[in-house]
Amino acid sequence: MNAMDPRSPIENGVVLTPAQQKARRQRNIAIGLAVALLCALFYAVTIAKLGSGVIKGAG
Amino acid sequence: MSDVTAIANGREAGLGAADLVGGAPTDYLALLKPRVMSLVIFTALAGLVAAPVHVHPVIGFAALLAISVGAGASGALNMWYDRDIDAIMSRTRTRPIPSGRIAPREALAFGLTLSAFAVFTLGVVTNWLAAGLLAFTIFFYAVVYTMWLKRWTPQNIVIGGAAGAFPPMIGWAAATGSISVESLALFSIIFFWTPPHFWALALFKSADYGRAGVPMLPNVKGAARTRLEIFLYSVLLVPVCLSPWMIGFEGRAYGVVALVSSLIMLALAFAVWRDTEGRDKDKAAKRLFAYSILHLFLLFAVIVAEHGILAPLGFAS
Repeated sequence: MNAMDPRSPIENGVVLTPAQQKARRQRNIAIGLAVALLCALFYAVTIAKLGSGVIKGAG
Repeated sequence: MSDVTAIANGREAGLGAADLVGGAPTDYLALLKPRVMSLVIFTALAGLVAAPVHVHPVIGFAALLAISVGAGASGALNMWYDRDIDAIMSRTRTRPIPSGRIAPREALAFGLTLSAFAVFTLGVVTNWLAAGLLAFTIFFYAVVYTMWLKRWTPQNIVIGGAAGAFPPMIGWAAATGSISVESLALFSIIFFWTPPHFWALALFKSADYGRAGVPMLPNVKGAARTRLEIFLYSVLLVPVCLSPWMIGFEGRAYGVVALVSSLIMLALAFAVWRDTEGRDKDKAAKRLFAYSILHLFLLFAVIVAEHGILAPLGFAS
């Protein structure tokens, strides 16, 4: 009997309540949004710091 | 590690569902002390816009975000360490850790991770002096104030007040890469404002602090000594609040607002010192506590308005 077996005693251990499942889903969404915001922020900061140098360099 | 393995490991470590699952995003937001964060954002903004250097709006936004997240992270570390006394005090017992919505180890990991991210981001986006000041502020609040001073001496908030006074200096350093007399003046305003502000709160919440064993001034030296010190610090606060105008860093508009508002604060502090009997004593302390928040807001609002709005439009007061 392994850990993934539906009859495993571990499966009967900590079972998330609907409220806990909802909290976990909300946390996942919040982390996803935070990572996306951070990517956008670092992109914007990079452009702001490089400024016109990017265009001059391309020419 | 799968959820099932994590749960199995957790059971072996004697953990329950609350230790493994964690709270909702709003609980994590509460760990950051949003109201304190809003004051940090505002005062850091003042330091940033008052600096004699143009800052790109995107860089300024990123710097403010990093400073505010760093301040929030130190709040999370404070709540992690103070969870025992937070559970006793009426003002704090509904916080996420004492109410069981977030496990202590999650709050600790959250605070440490955000601290590292905030310092790194501020360093990369602006400069490492500003990042170093932010790291020192987090250390000062979480370790020097929370772990050491708070439970040891009634002067806890006098020295610990430095942590709350750093944000405008960090904002200034983020813009200029330096520390100057002007940024020290902004630091001093918050530093000398903190004792009368918190001791006014401690006067009408002294029973709460006493139950938790926190040596606030009213519990250790008594209400009369606290009232006197509130008044003395408020006297000292008047020239400190006027100092940005006196050194020529702020204009007449700031000078007038600072003088009038400081005198109102002084009058309220005088009332706290004199009204020692009956219901009026608590009322005076509550009035001073409420006005002190408005006082600080007014001063920094004028600084933001003078440098961030009026100066770019060509108006000089």
